[in-house]
Amino acid sequence: MSVWPFEIVARTERSSRMLFVVPVLTVVLTVICATIMFTVTGNDAGTALYSIFVEPFLDAYGISEVLIKASPLIIIAQGLAIGFRARVWNIGAEGQLTIGAIFASLIPIYWVDQPFSLMLPSMIVAAGLGGVAWAAIAALLRTRFNASEIIVTLMLNQIAAQVLLYVINGPLKDPRGFSFPQSVSFPPEALYPLIVEGGLLRVNYSIILTLALSAVAWVFVAHSFSGYRLHVGGVAPAAARYAGFSANRAVWLSLLIGGACAGLAGVGEIAGPIGRLQPILSPGYGFAAIIVAFLGALTPIGIVLAGFFMAVIYVGTDGAVLSAGIPSSAPMVLQGLILVFYLMAYTLVNYQLRRKPGRMRA
Amino acid sequence: MTNTLIFILAGAFSTATPLLLAAMGELVAEKSGVINLSIEGMMALGAAIAFMIAYQSGSHALGFLGGGLASVALSLIFSTLVLVLNANQVASGLAVGILGLGLSAFLARSFESLTIISLEKLDIPILTALPLIGPVAFHQDVVVYLGLGLAVALASFMSKTRGGLILRVVGEDPHIAHSLGFKVLRTRFLAISFGAAMAGLAGAYASTVLTPLWSDGMIIGRGWIALALVVFGTWRVFRILLGAYMFGLALLADLAVQSLGIRIPSQLLTSAPYVMTIIVLTVVSKDALRIKLNAPISLGENYKPSK
Amino acid sequence: MTDIPAQSLLELRGITKRYGAFVANDAINLIINPGEIHAILGENGAGKSTLMKTIYGVHMPDEGQILWKGAEVRMESPGMARALGIGMVFQHFSLFETVTVAENISLTVPAPLADLEEKIRAKGDEFGLQVNPKALVHGLSVGERQRVEIIRSLLQDPALLILDEPTSVLPPSSVEQLFQTLRKLPERGVSILYISHKLDEIRALCHRATVLRMGKVAGTADPRTATSSELARLMIGRDIPHPVHPPSRADGEVRLLVQGLSQQNPDPYGVDLKDVSLEVRAGEIVGIAGVSGNGQSILTRLLSGEEVLSGAQADHIQMLGNPVGHLNAEHRRRIGLAFVPEDRLGRGTAPPMSLSENSLLTAHRSGMVKHGFISRQKRDVFTDTCIETMDVRTRGRHSLASSLSGGNLQKFIVGREMMLSPRVLIVSQPTWGIDVGAAAMVRQKLIDLRDQGTAILVISEELEELFEISDRLVVMFDGKISDPVNSRDTNAEEIGQMMIGHFGATRGEAA
Repeated sequence: MSVWPFEIVARTERSSRMLFVVPVLTVVLTVICATIMFTVTGNDAGTALYSIFVEPFLDAYGISEVLIKASPLIIIAQGLAIGFRARVWNIGAEGQLTIGAIFASLIPIYWVDQPFSLMLPSMIVAAGLGGVAWAAIAALLRTRFNASEIIVTLMLNQIAAQVLLYVINGPLKDPRGFSFPQSVSFPPEALYPLIVEGGLLRVNYSIILTLALSAVAWVFVAHSFSGYRLHVGGVAPAAARYAGFSANRAVWLSLLIGGACAGLAGVGEIAGPIGRLQPILSPGYGFAAIIVAFLGALTPIGIVLAGFFMAVIYVGTDGAVLSAGIPSSAPMVLQGLILVFYLMAYTLVNYQLRRKPGRMRA
Repeated sequence: MTNTLIFILAGAFSTATPLLLAAMGELVAEKSGVINLSIEGMMALGAAIAFMIAYQSGSHALGFLGGGLASVALSLIFSTLVLVLNANQVASGLAVGILGLGLSAFLARSFESLTIISLEKLDIPILTALPLIGPVAFHQDVVVYLGLGLAVALASFMSKTRGGLILRVVGEDPHIAHSLGFKVLRTRFLAISFGAAMAGLAGAYASTVLTPLWSDGMIIGRGWIALALVVFGTWRVFRILLGAYMFGLALLADLAVQSLGIRIPSQLLTSAPYVMTIIVLTVVSKDALRIKLNAPISLGENYKPSK
Repeated sequence: MTDIPAQSLLELRGITKRYGAFVANDAINLIINPGEIHAILGENGAGKSTLMKTIYGVHMPDEGQILWKGAEVRMESPGMARALGIGMVFQHFSLFETVTVAENISLTVPAPLADLEEKIRAKGDEFGLQVNPKALVHGLSVGERQRVEIIRSLLQDPALLILDEPTSVLPPSSVEQLFQTLRKLPERGVSILYISHKLDEIRALCHRATVLRMGKVAGTADPRTATSSELARLMIGRDIPHPVHPPSRADGEVRLLVQGLSQQNPDPYGVDLKDVSLEVRAGEIVGIAGVSGNGQSILTRLLSGEEVLSGAQADHIQMLGNPVGHLNAEHRRRIGLAFVPEDRLGRGTAPPMSLSENSLLTAHRSGMVKHGFISRQKRDVFTDTCIETMDVRTRGRHSLASSLSGGNLQKFIVGREMMLSPRVLIVSQPTWGIDVGAAAMVRQKLIDLRDQGTAILVISEELEELFEISDRLVVMFDGKISDPVNSRDTNAEEIGQMMIGHFGATRGEAA
C-alpha cells in the first residue's frame, strides 16, 4: 500500500542536542523561505534580511524598539508556557490582555485630575486582577462544567474586543475627545518611566518588570514544588493522580498565571507607548506570544530569547518595509512560517525518521 | 421601517453564507477528530485569491474555484503537521492560520481597496414577488441557495451514507476504527481538505459577493465565528444552519440597532454569538453523556497508528 | 457428537509464538471439531490470548501449522480469518457508542440499513439475542453490547466463534441467557472456542476443555465429568513454596481495614466490587490472589486514593483507625500510606522526568520541599540512596525514568516507597515482568519491611510469590474477596479452586 519508504518513530531518549538544533533549524528554514519570498517580489533579499536581522541592533533606537515589542511577548509567553507545560491550552491571552488594560485604565481615567504617586503600581495590580478575572471564567467553566478551555478562551477574546469597543465608545470615552473612540490621555504618574529620559527612545521600565518576572518564572518552573506538580500533570496525568496532585488545581493555577501575565502585558501597552485606552491595544501579541512560548521550548530562558527574536522580526520587518520596500504583510508571513517550521523541526526532538524495516527495495 | 426590516432579514442570508460554508467545513474536520484553528487564515487566503482571480478574469466561478483550491493547498501544511508529524493540533492550527492571514495580505497587496461587481440577485418567478417573504428569502444570489443545498446534502451525507458513518466513527474512536480496517489518517486528511475548501469558498464569497472588494483584514474574525458556530450548533448541520442565520443577523447588529431605534450598544449584539456559544458549550459539556453524543470524542487528539 | 468426526474444523499443530526470549505459546496442539464447544482454560499469562490472536490472524505464529477444515492455511489477518468463517468477540468490544446498533454492524457487514435491521431482528429472534437495531450503543448495557457483538459475528456466517472471557462483563442474571444462546449454535453448525477461567461455566457449557499452563498444553479433559480439583491441578500444576521466613506476630494493630466496600466500576468492562472486607495488621503481609480482571484494579485504586469515595462512605476504608475513603492519594500518604502500582511508567513514575524528579513525586514530604521550594540537595541524596540500596542499574539520578528497564524501574519505585517508612504499604504486582534476581530482592525487601512493623498488602497474580511472602492470603473473584487463609496451612489446590470461584462456605459467596 504505502510506497513511502520511511517511518517516523519515537526516540527512546530525549536528544538534548536537538533542543539546540530545533531553533537553529527553524531560523535557517525561515530565512531561506524569506529569501525566496523577497526575491519573488522583486526586492533585494540581501538588503531586506540585513534590515530585518541586523539593523535593529545598529542604533539605540532600534534596540529600544525591540525591547518595547519584546516585553509584552515575553511576559505573556512566560505565563502561557506554564499552562502549556501542564497541557492547559489558554488561547485567550489577547482577551486577558484587553481586560487587564481596561481594569488598569480605570485608575488614571477616574483620577485623571488627581494623579498620585502610586498610580502606576496600583494600575499594575489592577491589570493583573483583570487578566485573572477574565481567565477565571475559562477555569471555572473547565473545572466545574468540563467546557473546553480552548474554545472558551477563544470566544472570550472576541468578547473582550467588544467590551473594549463598548467602554471607549461609552463610559470611558474622553468627553473632550470629539468623536474619537478613545480615553483621555493618562497623566505621567500613570505611565512607566522611560529608561532614558528626554530622548527619542521609547523603551520604559516595563521591560525590567518583564525580565524580573521571567526570573520569577524560572524559579517557579525550575525550583518550586507547585511548578513541578503542574509539569507532572502535563507529562504524566496518571502519575499526578497517583501522587494525589489535583487536576483542577492545575487548570486554575495555569489559567490564572496566564491571565495575570497577559493583564500585565496590557498595562505595559496603555501605560507605555500608547498612553491611553484605544480600540487597538495589541498587534496580536496574545497570539504571537503562543509562537514565542513554543519557540522558547516552553522554558523561561528559551522564551526570553524567543521573545527578543520575535521582536526583532517585528521591528526589523518594519525597517525593511522602508529600506528594501518589502510588503508590509511580510512580518505576518514570517511569523506563520516560524511556527510552522518550529513545529516541523520539533518532531525531530521526539521522533526520528528512519527507513522502514523489512522494505529493502527502493 | 418595514423596508429596513426586510433589508436586514434579507441581508442576513448573505452575511450568514460565509459563516455557514466555513462552519460546515469545520464541522466535517471536527467530526473526524481534528480541530482546525486556522479557518480564519484559510478564509482570508481564499478571499484574497478569489478576489484576485475574479478581478482579473471577471468570473466569479473561477474566483471561487481558485479560493477553494488555495485554501486546500494551505491546509496541506496543516495536514502534514498534524497527521504526519503528530504536532499539536492547537499550535498547528494557529501557525497555519497566521500564515494564511499573512499570505493573503502579501499576495493581494496590489489589489488593496479595488472593487468588483457582486453576483446579481436571482429573480424567481412568482416567489420573489411574494410580499415580505419574497424579497427576504427569494431574492438572493445563487451561492446563498447553493449553501443551503449543501447543508441539506451534508446533513444527509453525515446521517445516511457509509462515508458519513465512517467519518463519525473515526472521530469517536480512531483506535477501534483502525482495528476494524478503516483508514483513520486518510479519512482525517480528506476531512481537513474538505474543511479547507469550504473555508476558501467562504472567503471567496466574502470578498467577491458579500462585500466585493479586497482589503487586508477583511475577514475580521468571521473564521472564529464559524468555529463558534460548530460548537453552538452542537455539531449538527441544521442547528449550525440556524445558528449561522442568527449570527448573520448579529453581524448586522449595528444596522439593526440604528434602524429600529433601540438604544442598546451594538457591541452587546456583536458579542452575543460568542456568549451564546460559551453557554451552549457549558451546558453540553456539563453532562458527560451529552458531550459524548454531540462532540466528536477524540477531538484534538492525534492518532498514532501503533503498527 | 461424542464420536470423532471424519474431519476437524480447526487443527493447530505445534504452534509456537515467541516475544523476544519469552515463549508465549510452546508447541501447542489443538483440535476443534464441528459442532463442538471447546473451552480453553488457564491462568493469566498461560498463553490463552496469544493463541486466540494467532487463530484470528492478529499475528502469525513463529512455528507450526494451522489447518482449517483439513487444509493448511496462513492466517495473515483478521479479515482473512473472517473470510474463512472465524468470528471473534473480544473482551473489550469494538463498538462505537454514538451510532446505532445497525450502523455499527453495517461497518463490517455492508448492507442497506433497512435490510440489516431486519436481519438483526431475525438473528436475535433465532438465538435469543434481543436488541433494538435502531438503538444507540451508548444506551445499551454491557450485556446488550455483547449481544450486538455476537450478532455481528453471526451475520458473517462463521463456522467457528471465539469468545474471550464473555461472562466477565456480565451480571450473573445474564450469564444463563448467554449460555442458552451459545448452546443453540452447535446445532446450527457453529463451533465455539470458549476462553475462560471460570470452572462452573465451563462445566455447564463446554464439551471439551484444553488447559494451558505456562504456554504449553497441560492436558485436556471432559469438563462435564472432571472434578474441579482435577482441573485446578491442571491449571496450577506445580508445588507451591511455603514461606521460609518466621510467621508474623498475630497481635499487631489493624492498620488497614476495609469493610463492606461495594463500588461500581467506572470502567464499563470492569467488575464491580461486592461487599469487600479485608484487614491488614502491623507486621504482616497479606496477599490478594486471583486471576486479573476480578476487581483488583478498582480495589487498588480505591485503596491508593486514585479513586475516592464520597464523604458518606469514607469509613468503608480506614487507615490506622481514621476513615480515609474520601481522601485523595496525597492526604492518605500523610497518614502513612505508600503504594507501588502495577504500571511503573506513566503512573508510578513520569516517563520524561529524571529519577531525581521522580523521587519528588511521592517522597516530597521527607524534607525535600521547604516553603514551597525544592531542595535539590535533599532530593538528590534521597535518590542516590535509593539507587544504591536497591541496586538500581542506571547511569545515575539524571537518567530518565523511561530509559530504565522494567526491573530497575520497579526497584527504584519500591525503594522510594519503602524509604518513606510507611505504616501501610500496598504493592500491586511487585515482580511483574522483572528478572529473577530483581524479583528475589524486591520480595526480601518487603519481608524486611514487614519485620520492622509495616502492614503490607500485596496484590499479585503469581501464586508462588504470594505463598513465598504472605502471612495470610485472600482470593479475589468476580469482585468479591474470600475469607483469609493462613498461607502456611493451605495448598495450591485450595487456592486454585478459590481462584475459579469456589470460595466454599466463605463470606464472599454468602454475600
